[in-house]
Amino acid sequence: MLRIEGVAKSFGTFRAVDGVSLDIKAGEFFALLGPSGCGKTTLLRMLAGFEAPDEGRILLGGKDIAQALPHERPINMMFQNYALFPHLSVRDNIAFGLKRAGMARAEIATRVAEMIALVKLDGLEKRKPDQLSGGQRQRVALARALARRPQLLLLDEPLAALDKKLRESTQGELMELQRRLGMTFIIVTHDQEEAMTMASRIGVMKSGKLAQVAPPRELYEAPRSRWIAEFVGDINLFDGESKLRDGHRLVIGTRDAGALVVAEPREPVGAGRFAVAIRPEKVKLSRRGPVSEAGRETAINRLDGVIADICYLGGTTTYKVKLDTGGVLQASVANSARIDVDAYSLNQHVVAWFTPDDCVVLQS
Amino acid sequence: MRKASRLTRFNVASLALGLAFLYLPILILVLYSFNASRLVTVWGGWSLRWYRELFNDRAMIEAAWMSLRVAVASATIATLLGTLAAVALSRGERFRGRTLFSGMLYAPLVMPEVITGLSLLLLFVALNAERGFWTVTMAHTTLTMCFVAVVVQSRLGSLDRSLEEAAMDLGCNPVRAFVAVTLPLIAPAIVAGWMLAFTLSLDDLVIASFTTGPGSATLPIRIYSEVRLGVKPEINAICTLVIALIAVVIVIASLASKLSSSQGESAAPL
Amino acid sequence: MSSRRIFARPARFAAIAPYVWMVLFFLVPFAFVLKISLSQTAIAQPPYEPVFDLSAGWDALKAAFAALSADNFRLIGSDDIYVFAYVRSLTVAITATALLLLIGYPIAYGMARLPKRWQAVAMVLVIVPFWTSFLIRIYAWINILQHDGLLNQILLALHLVSQPVVWLSTDTAMYIGIVYSYLPFMILPLYATLAKMEPALEEAAGDLGAPPWQVFWLVTFPLSLPGVGAGVLLCFIPIVGEFVIPDLLAGSNALMIGQTLWLEFFTNKDWPVASAAAIVLLVVLLVPLMLYERLQKRQLEQGR
Repeated sequence: MLRIEGVAKSFGTFRAVDGVSLDIKAGEFFALLGPSGCGKTTLLRMLAGFEAPDEGRILLGGKDIAQALPHERPINMMFQNYALFPHLSVRDNIAFGLKRAGMARAEIATRVAEMIALVKLDGLEKRKPDQLSGGQRQRVALARALARRPQLLLLDEPLAALDKKLRESTQGELMELQRRLGMTFIIVTHDQEEAMTMASRIGVMKSGKLAQVAPPRELYEAPRSRWIAEFVGDINLFDGESKLRDGHRLVIGTRDAGALVVAEPREPVGAGRFAVAIRPEKVKLSRRGPVSEAGRETAINRLDGVIADICYLGGTTTYKVKLDTGGVLQASVANSARIDVDAYSLNQHVVAWFTPDDCVVLQS
Repeated sequence: MRKASRLTRFNVASLALGLAFLYLPILILVLYSFNASRLVTVWGGWSLRWYRELFNDRAMIEAAWMSLRVAVASATIATLLGTLAAVALSRGERFRGRTLFSGMLYAPLVMPEVITGLSLLLLFVALNAERGFWTVTMAHTTLTMCFVAVVVQSRLGSLDRSLEEAAMDLGCNPVRAFVAVTLPLIAPAIVAGWMLAFTLSLDDLVIASFTTGPGSATLPIRIYSEVRLGVKPEINAICTLVIALIAVVIVIASLASKLSSSQGESAAPL
Repeated sequence: MSSRRIFARPARFAAIAPYVWMVLFFLVPFAFVLKISLSQTAIAQPPYEPVFDLSAGWDALKAAFAALSADNFRLIGSDDIYVFAYVRSLTVAITATALLLLIGYPIAYGMARLPKRWQAVAMVLVIVPFWTSFLIRIYAWINILQHDGLLNQILLALHLVSQPVVWLSTDTAMYIGIVYSYLPFMILPLYATLAKMEPALEEAAGDLGAPPWQVFWLVTFPLSLPGVGAGVLLCFIPIVGEFVIPDLLAGSNALMIGQTLWLEFFTNKDWPVASAAAIVLLVVLLVPLMLYERLQKRQLEQGR
C-alpha cells in the first residue's frame, strides 16, 4: 500500500535520511525504531508532508505523494506532544479535520460521537485540553487523527509522555484498535520494548539508513549486524576468527571465551573475523557442568568462571561471570522460586553453558 | 518549587522599598487632586473642585479629545501593522531584507524620541503634509507598531509549532491553519499589544510636539506647558483622570495576558 | 521543503505593508535629517535651504552636492555648548544607569526569590507604573520636590533641616526622576534572567562551601549578566537622548543634548543645526543600538 523508494533528506550537510526503501502492507502495524537522531522522525514527517524528500518517491496506493502538501494527503498524524488545540474543546478538536473536509454538520456530529465512544472519552466533550489528564489528552489526539479515516495513521512517540503503567495498558488498547479498524499504523519510537510489543514488523534505523526490517522475533533472535544485536536487548559478544568447520557446526576461536562452537548461519559465511553473540537468557549456570553426553563434546559450549557481580531484577537475576579464559559473560536466570536456595553468591565458582544453536554469528 | 524561606530579610526590604518608591509619588498626586486648598502645602479637606474647574477648561478638554482620537487610531493601525510584522519575522524564515526589517522594528524601541520626532517632522515638511491629527497619528503608529510587533512576536515564538502542523495535517492550507489555530491563540497578545500602543500614544510628549501643528495640541503637550509654569491643582486632577483611564486599560490587558499565558501552558509539551 | 517553509511563503507577504511603512516613516526620514543637517540655515518656512530639487535633473543634483556643507557639524564640533551637552548627556546616562543597576538589582533579585504565585503579582506591580504616563510620573515628583512640597515638609517636621532645601532644578532631582521613570526597564530584564536561573545552582554553590556573598558573586551575578546587559542598554540609550526629565527637573545652566536639540529646533528655529545634532547623537548611540538590536533579535528569534 505504501512504498518508499530511495528517499533521502539532508539538513545542510547532515543527511538525516539516507536512501530508505520500504514497503508497507495495508493493515500492518509497523514500527520505526532507532536511537535519537537516526532519522526516524524525519522519515515520518516526510510521510506526513511536513518535510519533502530531496530524492526518492513515496507512493501511496500507486500515486507519488512525495511533494504533496500535508493537507492534500489522506494521511493523519498523532503528534508526540499531541498538539491539541488549546482554545478548542475536545469535541471541536476532533471535529477540526472533519470541518476542513467540508463534511455536513449532522455527519460531523455522528462521526465525533463515534470517535468519542471509540476512545472512551464520553462525558468529556466540552472540556478544554488543559482540563484533561495526560492519558485523556492522548486519547483526544488519537481520536482527532482517526476521525478523518485516513488510509495511514502516523504515530510519533505516542506514548512517550505517559507513565509506565498507563503506557502498558495504552499499548494494548492501540493494538486492539488497529486490529478492529484494520487500518495501517506506522509508529515511531525509541523504546524497543514498545516496538516489540505492538508492531508486526519493525524497521531499525541507524544514521539515516534502515539497518534491518524484520518481525520482532527475528530482529531479536537473528540480528543482522553487531550494531542491531547490541541495540535490541542485552547481548554477550565475543570477537574471534573461524577455525574449523564440522558439518553444519563452526568453531570460532575467541580471545575472551576460548573456542566456541556455533551453528552455521543460514547464509554461509567464509573465513575471516566474526563475533559470536549470545543472549544472556540463553546462558545457563550450574555448580557443576552439564551431564556430558559421551561423544558429543562439541554439542555444548561449557565455560568455567566465578560470579563477579549479581544484579537482582525481580523476575530475573543477572549474573556477571568472570571467565577463566579472561572474558566476562552475562547470564540472566529466571527467579522461578520464591525461596532462593539455588541462587549463587559472589566469587562462587560456576559453569556457564549454552548450545551452538543459541549463538548467532555476526560478521565483524 | 521555590520555598519562601529562600527570601532573606534583605530581599524583603529591597522589594518593599522599591515598590514604595514606585507607588508613593503617584498616590500622593492622586490624593492632592482631591485637596480643596489651592496651596499644595495645606490640606484643605476633600473636594472635587479641581475636577469641576477642569471641565470648564476648554483647551484641556480639546487636547484630551485629540489625544484619545490619536491613541485609538494609531493603536489600531499599529496593531494591524505590528502583528503582520511579527508574523513575517517569526514565520517567514529567511527572506531578502529581513535584517533591515528587524533592525527598523527594534531600533525605535530605544531610539531617543527627539531623533524620531525630528526625523518624522522633516519628512512631513518635505511632503508638504498639513500637520495635525494625521501626522501625529502616523508618527505614533511608527513608534508603537514596533512595540506591538515585539509583544506579538514573543507570543508567536513561544507557540508550539506542531499546532500549526496538526492543523495542516487535518486539512488546512497554511493560511487557514493560521486563521483557525494561530490567530485565536495569539489574540490575547494582540489585545495586549493594542493596549500598550494606546497608552504609549496617550503618554507621548516629544514626538507629538514635533509632529503636531498649531492648534492641535495633545494632552501631554497641554500638560507640559502648564507644568512648566508651575504646579497647579487642576493638573493633579487631569493626571488622576489619565491614571484612572490607564488603570482600566491595564486591568483589561492583564486579563487578556492571563488568558494568553494559561493557554500557553497547555500548549507546551508535557 | 519543510512545514516551516510551507508556512513561510504566505507569512512573507505579511511583511510587505509594515516594511513599506517602516521604510517610509523610519528610514527615509533619516535621509531627510542627513540632508538638512548638510544645508544652510535660512530665515524662511521651512527654515532651511532646500538641498535637492529632483525635478531639475542631474546637473542640478551635482550642483546641489557641491553646495552641501559640513558647516553645521563643524559648529557642533567646535562650539563648547554642543561638546559640553554631549559630554553631559553621556555622564548623566552612565551615572543614572549605574544607579538604576544598583537600585534595580536588589529589587529584581527579591522578586525572583518570591514564591511563584507572588512573583506574578510583583511583576504586575512593577509594570503598572510603566503604563502610567511618563509625564505624570515626573509631575508627581515636582509635587513632592517643590519648595513647599511634601519632602521638605517632612524634613522640617522631623527637624532634619532647619529651612526648606532646594530640590527642584538640581541634578539630584533629575537623577531621582530618571531612576523613577526607568526603573521598570532595568528590573524586568534582570528579573527575567534571575527567575529562569535554577535554584539548585545557588544551593550547589552553598553545598560546595561558598558563603552567601560568594554564592552571589561567583554564581548568581555572572549568570545574570545577559539580563544586566539588556537592562543597561534599555536604560542607557534613551537616557542619553532624554529631554523631558532634565527639562522639568534639572537646572537650566547645564543642558543635555536632547534639550539642546529641542532648543535649536523650537526656540532658535535652526533646523540644520538640530539635524546635525541628531545625526551626531545617532552616531554616538550607534554601537549600543547595534548591541541592543542583536540582543533583541537573539531573544525573539531563537526558539526558547
